Amino acid sequence: MLRINCPFCGIRDEEEFDCGGEAHVTRPENPANLSDDEWSHYLFNKVNTKGILLERWRHTYGCRQWFNMARHTVSHEIIEIYPMGSFPSFNGMNVENVVKEVEA
Amino acid sequence: MDKFSLLQLAKHSLKGHKNWSPQWRSPEPKKTYDVVIVGGGGQGLATAYYLASKYGVKNVAVLEKGWIGGGNTGRNTTVVRSNYFYPESTNFFDHSLKLYENLSSELNYNVMLSQGGMTVLAHSRHDMEMLERWSNSLQLQGVDAEMLSCAEIEKQNPLLDISKNARFPIWGGYIQRRGGVARHDAVAWGYARAADSLGVDIIQNCEVTDIQISGNSVSGVSTNQGFIRADKVAFAVAGHTSVLAEMAGFSVPIVSQPLQAMVSEPIKPCLEGVVVSPLVHAYVSQSDRGEILIGGGADRYPSYGQRGNLPVLEETVTATLGLYPSFSRLKLMRQWAGIVDITPDSSPIIGKTSVTGLYISGGWGTGGFKAIPAGGDTLAYTIAHDQPHELIKPFSIDRFAKGSLIDEGAAAGVAH
Repeated sequence: MLRINCPFCGIRDEEEFDCGGEAHVTRPENPANLSDDEWSHYLFNKVNTKGILLERWRHTYGCRQWFNMARHTVSHEIIEIYPMGSFPSFNGMNVENVVKEVEA
Repeated sequence: MDKFSLLQLAKHSLKGHKNWSPQWRSPEPKKTYDVVIVGGGGQGLATAYYLASKYGVKNVAVLEKGWIGGGNTGRNTTVVRSNYFYPESTNFFDHSLKLYENLSSELNYNVMLSQGGMTVLAHSRHDMEMLERWSNSLQLQGVDAEMLSCAEIEKQNPLLDISKNARFPIWGGYIQRRGGVARHDAVAWGYARAADSLGVDIIQNCEVTDIQISGNSVSGVSTNQGFIRADKVAFAVAGHTSVLAEMAGFSVPIVSQPLQAMVSEPIKPCLEGVVVSPLVHAYVSQSDRGEILIGGGADRYPSYGQRGNLPVLEETVTATLGLYPSFSRLKLMRQWAGIVDITPDSSPIIGKTSVTGLYISGGWGTGGFKAIPAGGDTLAYTIAHDQPHELIKPFSIDRFAKGSLIDEGAAAGVAH
């Protein structure tokens, strides 16, 4: 059972939350310019890291607000919870470095 | 290798069963193989067996980071069935079920196939309409399926709460009588023993740490037991498909999630076949040892932790007790989880990849066990001929870019 610290409501059980999948996915600006491969990659291929994963969560059965979470996918340790539109601050790395480091 | 037979059994029993030979060797890895299969679960071992037995490729190694059959092959709920919806899936899974039906004699290994039937329950008029549609689709494809009334379901499952006062009253259902269960360890061990006797090297405790690619062709794998050269490499690693694909420099549309199961203490036979309720997300069978085996939906966030979380466990048990109130007196003995590799359309990804000589058998999600014989057979064909087998052409990885998805989310049986 995860105990998740909602930035708005405080610590609650995971049953009140929904995982919204990978965070920081940007919709391509001009989908019509993409190849089928690129478009399907955007639609279907999610980061599926064994390690630290950055994902969106929603406090569905509480305040219904979205937020971001950095979570380890083996230990399930929640490393950081940070607002939508911002990047995690742990180790002072920006998101691209975090993703690269995890993937390496 | 000893052939298993009544005569052998009698012979060995006279000597106190002290002289049985090991069922497979534990060889040191050679420097080079024609084909290296990463993953010693059912899919990998079956692929090696069919490569050696049917397609004449015998210089094959199966690399397993732990012990064979210790991943999802040892963690699933052992259901075999072919009641999918679309012809692409039904053709493939029925090929698998047919291979299962003859597997014990082919492998000279009792896989304990028990075709007690696979019953799907309906809890509303709308459920009934969907099951009519589903079973009609199966009949049109030549797969056995028949609708059941409440009375017929009750006759077959006396413990099921069929009353109007049930939390989710049962309206009826349908059954695939050829569905059932097989013994998971026996499937892995049977394929391992048969493959080994044909010269396949099964190397346990051998973890692949990198994939060597020269140009756009695979040339071998780095492992904790050294580099192994091979021009053909296949991944059959279930929940770790994304991790291996990453090593090879491409990505797959897969999310890894835990899928839990649990067994009760053993009791006398009280349940035949498998009963699934897609609405309440539970399915139940009874093992040969008498344990009630319970499965449910996948955990709802990505994870590689093979244990499963408490909320989903609780939901699954609640759903099961709604169907079988008398099971509330049973004690649960064990609970576990495997990491299932779920694709956007809940269908597998099997065949060639963008890297020459690299093959993939993944995305099996919650249905890899029932697919072991067909997955092995078709992947072995694909590796041997470097051409996709007819049955798996629809399941190639490029179906996502083409938009030709095979949406089997409903027929996969449980939510994920």
